[in-house]
Amino acid sequence: MTESLIFEQSRAGRFARAQAPVVREDVELPADCLRAEPPMLPEVSELQAVRHYTRLSQRNFSIDTHFYPLGSCTMKYNPRACNTLAMLPGFRGRHPYAPASHSQGFLACMFELQEMLKGVTGMQAVSLTPMAGAQGELAGVLMIRAYHHARNETHRNEILVPDAAHGTNPATAVMCGMKVVELPTDADGDVDIAALEQAVGPNTAGIMLTNPSTVGVFERKIEQIAKIVHGAGGLLYYDGANLNAILGKVRPGDMGFDVIHMNLHKTFSTPHGGGGPGSGAVGVGARLKPFMPIPVVGREGDRYRWQDEKDLPQSIGRLSGFMGNAGVLLRAYIYMRMLGHEGMRQVGEFATLNANYLAARLKAAGFELAYPRRRASHEFIVTLKRMAKDQGVTAMDVAKALLDYGYHAPTTYFPLLVPECLLIEPTETESKEVLDGFVDAMCDIMERAARDAEHLKGAPWTLPVRRLDDVRAARQLDVAWRPEGADA
Amino acid sequence: MAFIPHTEGDVADMLAAIGAASIGELFDEIPPGLRADELPGVPEAIGEMEITRLMQARAAEDQGALCFIGAGAYEHHIPAAVWEITTRGEYYSAYTPYQAEASQGTLQLIYEYQSMMASLTGLDVSNASLYDGASALAEAALMAVRANRRSKARRILLPRTVPPVYARVAEAIAGTQGIEFCRVDYDAATGTTPLTALAPWEHEDVTAVVIPQPTFLGSLEAVDALTDWAHARGALVIAVVNPMSLALLKPPGQWGTAGADIACGEGQPLGVPLSSGGPYFGFMTTREAHVRQMPGRIVGRTVDLDGKPGFTLTLQAREQHIRRSKATSNICTNQGLMVTAATLYMSLLGAEGLARVAASSHANTRRLVETLSALPGVERALSGPCFHESVLRFDRPVGPVLEALANRDVFGGYDLSVDFPELGHALLVCATETKTAEDIAHYAGALGEVLKQQKVA
Repeated sequence: MTESLIFEQSRAGRFARAQAPVVREDVELPADCLRAEPPMLPEVSELQAVRHYTRLSQRNFSIDTHFYPLGSCTMKYNPRACNTLAMLPGFRGRHPYAPASHSQGFLACMFELQEMLKGVTGMQAVSLTPMAGAQGELAGVLMIRAYHHARNETHRNEILVPDAAHGTNPATAVMCGMKVVELPTDADGDVDIAALEQAVGPNTAGIMLTNPSTVGVFERKIEQIAKIVHGAGGLLYYDGANLNAILGKVRPGDMGFDVIHMNLHKTFSTPHGGGGPGSGAVGVGARLKPFMPIPVVGREGDRYRWQDEKDLPQSIGRLSGFMGNAGVLLRAYIYMRMLGHEGMRQVGEFATLNANYLAARLKAAGFELAYPRRRASHEFIVTLKRMAKDQGVTAMDVAKALLDYGYHAPTTYFPLLVPECLLIEPTETESKEVLDGFVDAMCDIMERAARDAEHLKGAPWTLPVRRLDDVRAARQLDVAWRPEGADA
Repeated sequence: MAFIPHTEGDVADMLAAIGAASIGELFDEIPPGLRADELPGVPEAIGEMEITRLMQARAAEDQGALCFIGAGAYEHHIPAAVWEITTRGEYYSAYTPYQAEASQGTLQLIYEYQSMMASLTGLDVSNASLYDGASALAEAALMAVRANRRSKARRILLPRTVPPVYARVAEAIAGTQGIEFCRVDYDAATGTTPLTALAPWEHEDVTAVVIPQPTFLGSLEAVDALTDWAHARGALVIAVVNPMSLALLKPPGQWGTAGADIACGEGQPLGVPLSSGGPYFGFMTTREAHVRQMPGRIVGRTVDLDGKPGFTLTLQAREQHIRRSKATSNICTNQGLMVTAATLYMSLLGAEGLARVAASSHANTRRLVETLSALPGVERALSGPCFHESVLRFDRPVGPVLEALANRDVFGGYDLSVDFPELGHALLVCATETKTAEDIAHYAGALGEVLKQQKVA
């Protein structure tokens, strides 16, 4: 079954008449400003649009419909109340430039969110404006840069990044005019301390770390790392991608980090939305407080107000047109209030319990863990290099086969240093039955690999499409529909 | 109250399988000195009923004013179907469509979105969206530097008629990458950028020229002449446009002799609620020749193993998860959910509906300006046509007037005195299709009273 393009369902002259002004008013504009031909937008009825996009939605896996153990992405349940309440008319209709006198309800939520995020991370101040994790990283490295520049240490232009880090880390450092110095990871998944000591020096601006790291283990030598980097005059940046693992248990501020970003769409359960919007709030220690991105919300007596360039003259500036993804921030606020401090702690605990249980069961079933001597954090890595060698069934094949069992695939081929890997993150909101079902599917696949590898190499079989030709997609680029006969 | 399904029995069984005595034991690799005892600032848990009561009270506090502010975020009617469908769990709670076979819904929708944006802007290709309009301009500037290989200067001409905050954001994001943004002055009588303002760069190496349409002040630039000026000097043209206006206005791809090279802007007018400034989405389109320099995700149509058509993310070799430090941008997400809403919005409105919204916004703003400028002490500040915003000049500072209006639950507009002091006591006003004749009369009545009560400074 395919669902035709909305354009192919169009009929000239049709549109959802209830949704536009009843008459088309006259326009008094110079002719040379106007367009000659109308744009090619769909010409469909309201029912056609509703049916088409409802049908398309049914061609997606999602948290609401499927177990989604996508490592590093924290695909936990997004409580419905967070959406319903963030979309109340007073919030949804508030103009970003509405005066503070008419914004106290919204500003109160933002101020309290800043305070709660400070509390769970152990940082001194929080700015909510970055619009995604990668923009939070950008804000963080720009603050590190501004700090060194303010101290006339403009030569500090090297950022240390472990080889297992997310691709955004090195990409961000380069965007900020920094050079990337890569650090190796040791056999047990910790940063190689000897290599770190070699790498730091007078040009060190800072280090970007994820803890628990992207290989799914807690960086045990974090205090030593902090001492080495601080000793060299550098600052520590915490990539909050894996904050869910330690939420309420360990705080980045207590580990020695100077600046962090949090992925509110992971740890604080705002929706991933099919690829955004995210939200990458940043937290800072005392040294970086003057450099925070603006605006932030301040309180004077019982009134709230925006703080901007005038309050933070050394700020790295503005990263968004207004104040970032406000509606996402409201959802995070609602989530955090419902959890409370006890709920926060349970998040870290049960995310870790679920990951360790799943790891233990898969190991017992004969799967190879990449770091068998370590506790799993909220996620862990299975390496399928034996299956790939013996049966020719790769991590990609297993990922696709899982789709046929109704499970979204774990993250594959990341981190890059573990061959044929699956990075599996069950999250705290999944039940034991779901995890057991996933183990059964994995065992089934393992058994099938020995007996009928070709079946797995051809998977998925039951989805709307089979594996897609990515090479053709890139070579014969078709990224916009045009009516037949139209000029390309 | 975390959203956790575990019974006591489950926990016991799971710990037994792990071989641990307690959940606490799972944290035994963490140095004991680092364990957090308290989480200051985080209150006790409350239930859905209590949080509902609290949020309803807070939302109600901020509600009820009549809003004539635009300045980059616009109140439009959003069909009920848009967010009913967009918040279906299958869209709302899905991840980035990396597993294409399990994400055909999102992927086809983005392909349709890309097609609509390409047509709206008159260019060949669109990405799957960026964060917002302001950051999209920063990304467009970086892209222009990569795409214009003849230019060595990394110099972008940025007219003052571009939203001031866009300039600040572009500076914050791209300024550290050696890009020089040169501000181009404008004609305070028309609110547009005359060719003479570009004269200082007549014989300089210019990488790209940014051209807004409509301008931040609501006025309309001579886009054809500006585009041709840029191209004649080897510079690329970056159009910053309101997508709503493109139902009526000439698309960037047709500006001047050769058309703009990149179009970007704020997608919010296409079905995204005001929501305090976000989440919105930035859009970006370009010519096919530049597609490999474009940042952000792109969806392509291809075929599967059986030759059946399907959709997948493509040209990923540009992106950070493959290229790491050599990527076109560090950008990782798009604004998928907002694009879902925009695609539904454009499908429901169609070209005719969108043109009616644009025309109605244009006509209402004209009526608003006529009505308000009839009051003593208020006049139109700019000559020449405007799209759906306009500048009014007052005989006194605008700040106290706006405050007094707000006390009457009217948001009168955006105070221009900080960013455009040469316009005098200037106010930017906007009336979209959502404003009725009664709303406009109500504003005029309130303003009349305020002006009478307040003394001229």
